[in-house]
Amino acid sequence: MKADPIGVATGSHYIDGDHACAEGAIAAGCRFLAGYPITPSTEVAERMAERFPKVGGMFIQMEDELASMAAVVGAAWAGPKSMTVTSGPGFSLMMENLGLAIMMETPCVVVNVQRGGPSTGLPTLTGQADMMQARWGSHGDYEIIAISPNSPQECFDLTVKAFNLSEKYRVPVLFMMDECVGHMTEKVVIPEADKIDIVPRNFYKGKKEDYRPYKFNGDNSVGPMIKAGDGYNIHITGLTHDERGYPVINADAQDKNVNHLVDKIIKNEEDIRMIETDQIDDAEVIVISYGITSRVALKAVQDARAAGMKVGIMRLITVWPFPEKLIKKLSSKVKAFIVPEINLGQVSIEVERCAAGKATTIGVPHAGGWVHDPNDILKAIKKGVK
Amino acid sequence: MSEISAPTTSTLKIPQAPDKLQHPMTDFLRTERLPHIWCSTCGIGTVITAFIAGLQKSGLDRNKVSVVSGIGCSGRAAGYLRLDSFHSTHGRAVPFATGLALGNPELKVVVISGDGDIAAIGGNHFIHAARRNMNLTIICINNFNYAMTGGQAGPTTPEEANASTAPFGAYEFPFNLPYLAESSGAVYVARWTALHIRRTTKSIAEALLKPGFSFIEVVSPCPTLYARRNRLGSGLDLMRFYHNSAKIQHGADTRDIDIDYQKEIVVGKFIDKEKPDFYTNRDQFLSKKLGDKYIPYRGPNGH
Repeated sequence: MKADPIGVATGSHYIDGDHACAEGAIAAGCRFLAGYPITPSTEVAERMAERFPKVGGMFIQMEDELASMAAVVGAAWAGPKSMTVTSGPGFSLMMENLGLAIMMETPCVVVNVQRGGPSTGLPTLTGQADMMQARWGSHGDYEIIAISPNSPQECFDLTVKAFNLSEKYRVPVLFMMDECVGHMTEKVVIPEADKIDIVPRNFYKGKKEDYRPYKFNGDNSVGPMIKAGDGYNIHITGLTHDERGYPVINADAQDKNVNHLVDKIIKNEEDIRMIETDQIDDAEVIVISYGITSRVALKAVQDARAAGMKVGIMRLITVWPFPEKLIKKLSSKVKAFIVPEINLGQVSIEVERCAAGKATTIGVPHAGGWVHDPNDILKAIKKGVK
Repeated sequence: MSEISAPTTSTLKIPQAPDKLQHPMTDFLRTERLPHIWCSTCGIGTVITAFIAGLQKSGLDRNKVSVVSGIGCSGRAAGYLRLDSFHSTHGRAVPFATGLALGNPELKVVVISGDGDIAAIGGNHFIHAARRNMNLTIICINNFNYAMTGGQAGPTTPEEANASTAPFGAYEFPFNLPYLAESSGAVYVARWTALHIRRTTKSIAEALLKPGFSFIEVVSPCPTLYARRNRLGSGLDLMRFYHNSAKIQHGADTRDIDIDYQKEIVVGKFIDKEKPDFYTNRDQFLSKKLGDKYIPYRGPNGH
């Protein structure tokens, strides 16, 4: 399906990542946003508040982020594609109902324009320290999809993809921006509506008595949804449930339900995966990065190449699910992985786990507030090639 | 019960006795999930009966009515009703319902939950939904304690009442829920007890047809925990207490209707006023401001 032209601001724009993200959401068909103001993400909500009444969307500013996330899940079951947007402190509050969205297998998009933490931290300055919270922040076992854009253009393009993936896998997709990308202004080209691929919600159309809101048959796919008001009289709960959506409180039901939540993502990792690589064929060292850090790392890799070092680059566009198989394969071919990130070591731990001692993992930590000095990454590359 | 007509929209296949023996509300219950979890003589079942009767009386299309619950004994209400029903997280029934209602303005969204869920952990959501005059009906079953977790004190536990986390009696000042609802902006506010089945039913029917934020508190016996800890007798004894202590006073000033421990309970319809509901207000405001540029939200079938 192609995008509805009514929401697509076709043309060249000079806008920042936050605004581009809002345009991407509208183009993707999002028509519901519940949010709460928080720096550095507020511009997304502001643009939606201004644009939605002109494209038939519903914007509501809730009383907090707990309510915002709950409203997004409720709205999604009424039918519209739904989203919220926040930053670290709000992301913490959203963890409760993010879990609800995961358990109810509700498609939605949660944008986190990351700033420095913990707590109030650095409201106006950049960070990438919520990556493990994205992966593990809500209680219980689950798998999630997290996307990390590195430019305003990608904030548009990948927000569309985020909505598409959330529909395909009936899972919240976390759009993990950072303050730099959110506030960076660049040229953003929005294509014509008929050039934008949209995954519409897969609505069930069969007999009422045959409908099951969930599918736990082990094939790692998700079933169609219905929406409230269609006459199916569904029951949807955050409790462990069976395929009818009815609560079943025992170990067998838990086994089926939770393994499904995990497997539908993990077993489809290669389908979900978006990765960019360059010069990794002959590389002795691969720099793995994501978000704004990938642009800084590029400079370090170019300098290292110019100095004759065999170094390649891998950019994680989807950070979760983690490309475990790929890193495992590469770890027997390279000496080291260099992992710069604006935190004190989150994704680098995952790389180290997958490398399993076959290749060295060298993290380049940064506590946040600014991007890396490319020379710090270069130093790590030099260490890696030795 | 003679006023309740037999449901006409049945699509159920429930193994059962001949039709003439079928309870007129069976069609509204997920009978395959019965028996329910509630204790004998608990008031929640009574409220569910009143809700189904009120819904039937209202004439609303059941397929356009959704129920949202939070967590707790009353939070299980959604799970037994054969409507589109959602069992959300603790305290978040109201914002979940807000999303559902905004997501499809054709729906009538009802929250059925307990006093802890709505007034403690969900208190902030409750007052903001009332402030917005959000298109929601809230039925709060107030049993004065957290029963699901074993009888802890809550935001409505009267002073002096004993609870497992108030072993020497509660000493905090409890909420007066109708006053909270009215002062936050609700356009319809009533309070009944589980004894007042006909009146609760009537209030529910009225609230369902009222655009905007309507609130009904139903004081309800918890025989297993609240009554036992406080030596108040059985559920039946509590019904006797309601019979003797409830005073119907329509239009009472909500400031004066605090519930003190085992004292008089003022019940009635306190507020029924006109104010634009959220949808209408938003639509009128934005069309005035934006003119032709305004495209109203078309609901889920728009996209």
